[in-house]
Amino acid sequence: MSFERVREKLNILADAAKYDVSCSSSGSIRTNKNKGLGNSSGMGICHSYTEDGRCVSLLKILLTNYCIFDCAYCVTRKSNDIKRAAFKIQEVVDLTINFYRRNYIEGLFLSSGIFKNPDFTMERLVAVAKKLRLEENFNGYIHLKSIPGASDELMFEAGLYADRLSVNIEIPTISGLKLLAPDKKHEDFTKPMLKVKNEIVRYKSERKIIKNTPKYAPAGQSTQMIIGATGESDKDIMYSATHYYKNYNMKRVYYSGYVPVAEDSRLPSIGSQVPMLRENRLYQTDWLLRFYGFDIREILNNSTPNLDIDIDPKLGWALRNLNHFPVDINTADKRMLARIPGVGMQSVNRILKARKFRRLDREHLKRMGVALNRAKYFMVCGAKNWETKDLQPETIKGLILQSSQGKFRNKYSSQLSLFN
Amino acid sequence: METARILIYDGSFNGFLTSVFKAFDEKIVVSDIQSNAISQSGLFSETETVFTQMDLAKRVWNGIQRKSNLAIKNIYFAFLSGQKGIELQLYRYILKLFAKKQSIATDYADEIVMKISQLAKSVGREKHRMEAFVRFQLTQDGIYFANIEPDFDVLPLISKHFRSRYADQQWIIYDVKRKYGLFYNMESVEIVTLDLEEVYTNSIQKNKAFTNEEYDYQDLWNDYFKSTNIKSRINKKLHTQHVPKRYWKYLSEKKEAV
Ligand code: SF4
Repeated sequence: MSFERVREKLNILADAAKYDVSCSSSGSIRTNKNKGLGNSSGMGICHSYTEDGRCVSLLKILLTNYCIFDCAYCVTRKSNDIKRAAFKIQEVVDLTINFYRRNYIEGLFLSSGIFKNPDFTMERLVAVAKKLRLEENFNGYIHLKSIPGASDELMFEAGLYADRLSVNIEIPTISGLKLLAPDKKHEDFTKPMLKVKNEIVRYKSERKIIKNTPKYAPAGQSTQMIIGATGESDKDIMYSATHYYKNYNMKRVYYSGYVPVAEDSRLPSIGSQVPMLRENRLYQTDWLLRFYGFDIREILNNSTPNLDIDIDPKLGWALRNLNHFPVDINTADKRMLARIPGVGMQSVNRILKARKFRRLDREHLKRMGVALNRAKYFMVCGAKNWETKDLQPETIKGLILQSSQGKFRNKYSSQLSLFN
Repeated sequence: METARILIYDGSFNGFLTSVFKAFDEKIVVSDIQSNAISQSGLFSETETVFTQMDLAKRVWNGIQRKSNLAIKNIYFAFLSGQKGIELQLYRYILKLFAKKQSIATDYADEIVMKISQLAKSVGREKHRMEAFVRFQLTQDGIYFANIEPDFDVLPLISKHFRSRYADQQWIIYDVKRKYGLFYNMESVEIVTLDLEEVYTNSIQKNKAFTNEEYDYQDLWNDYFKSTNIKSRINKKLHTQHVPKRYWKYLSEKKEAV
């Protein structure tokens, strides 16, 4: 292959793909059989991090940035005056294999602008995956982007070779979508999702009966929403996310703060700030739903339609629900331990195990990594009284913010930033 | 009263386990366990050299494992940290483990248990990082070669990962600091020592040990790394938190920054 030509294409087509944040490579197990190349271990590995601090795990590129559509929020939109390029199928295969052999990546994330029509484009994406699996004996991770409007047959085939499939909802509300992507119909997104969901369910039940049924999209499907391009509330976003988790068996929903890429009266103007802190709060909320046993209605509802910006959503919830506290470290169940601000899931598990040996006091908790400066307002342990029982929520908040100055400020933008 | 003794072993994990066996078996009052590479005798202790015996080491290993899988994993990982004085701490940890019926590996309120567990965690983190940050360069003789320089001795821990991932290519991962490496010859993994004339960090200058194509792919990867960055979101602090600078010289995407 000609390196100069490929280099030029790579620059264009990686640049255009970078706004898609759904880059995780976890959740699939594909063992290396017959001395082939690669495996997927289920863990996912970030091989590097961009200078903005995001994980680089997959070779994330577009097959082409030609597009017949004109979605306002997208760099690749038809009306945007940019350089266009398209990879050949073999070029993508070569890049993937050679990057993989050098341990740069866990696999491929392949998306595309829509040239000609959805099926023509989808067919090519599938061809890349098929070639990697069948000709190169490649067991690394493959994530294919489903092209909205592609036929059921192609969606079906895609799932046979890919670990994960995704369609980006992009705009969390239907009215927002109408405004910014008038060419697209809401069903174009949901139809392929439904097809994939049904196939996953069907294959799973068949595997129970016939052992050698192949895996179908073993890492499931994910989707992404752009945040802050239209005027939606955090409640709109998270209720929509919950809807997709529930009804489409989504493995992950990603939230991507809108990066202004177009001068368009319908959108925030170029140069406006990317809402990174808001994005971070949404991820934290998503964690609370998936790992901490919260129900979305507890966190966001008509009286609280938006998340606090200055404190994380768990602390916010705790301050609004002081009647649930204090929690007794030595007797409370897992669910309530997980709700104490300053106590992360790792600490919860340590507490549960350690308290079988002795009654825990504050010294112990500190040693175990609990952020006492926050937790102390919400718990009792050992002989210590609940020293703060008469404090008002606003006072507690003030005291916590004072004691963790800067800490909160530095938490901007990391989509994986852990909080506790 | 019996005087305390310092046990000197060969620095290997099996040597350490043999020392533990000996101490238990002969009811020795242990004042320290030291690797012969760095041993320094204490003023009031006698020293005694322990010769590694696989069967004895195995018995200790099995004994601990029967108590707790978590404990044996934590002990092995913490041992590989190579931290000064780690042997004596582990010895105390093992004493505790055998003194109680219940496995104490999760008694996190205990200082030494928490310490060993956290040390094991740090080693585990670096294991994971090395699985991520190894960068192979293709040599003229068709071997994918990588240098690493981890804080802890993690090569034994990453062998399996690379063996199952790169089953169809020959590779070497070489620890520059500890002067030994792993060589996979498409059949099995061997331990090798090399006389490296130079350390192959990822430099802009081409080296004739590697293929031309190698540099083409490094350039492509470098370009990719740059174009995937979103300028309006830049956060250098977060970046170096994830990719500590001490690893940069072996990262092909960082060669311009080194
Ligand atoms: S169809 Fe996809 S690639 Fe094309 S403009 Fe819309 S979002 Fe961008």
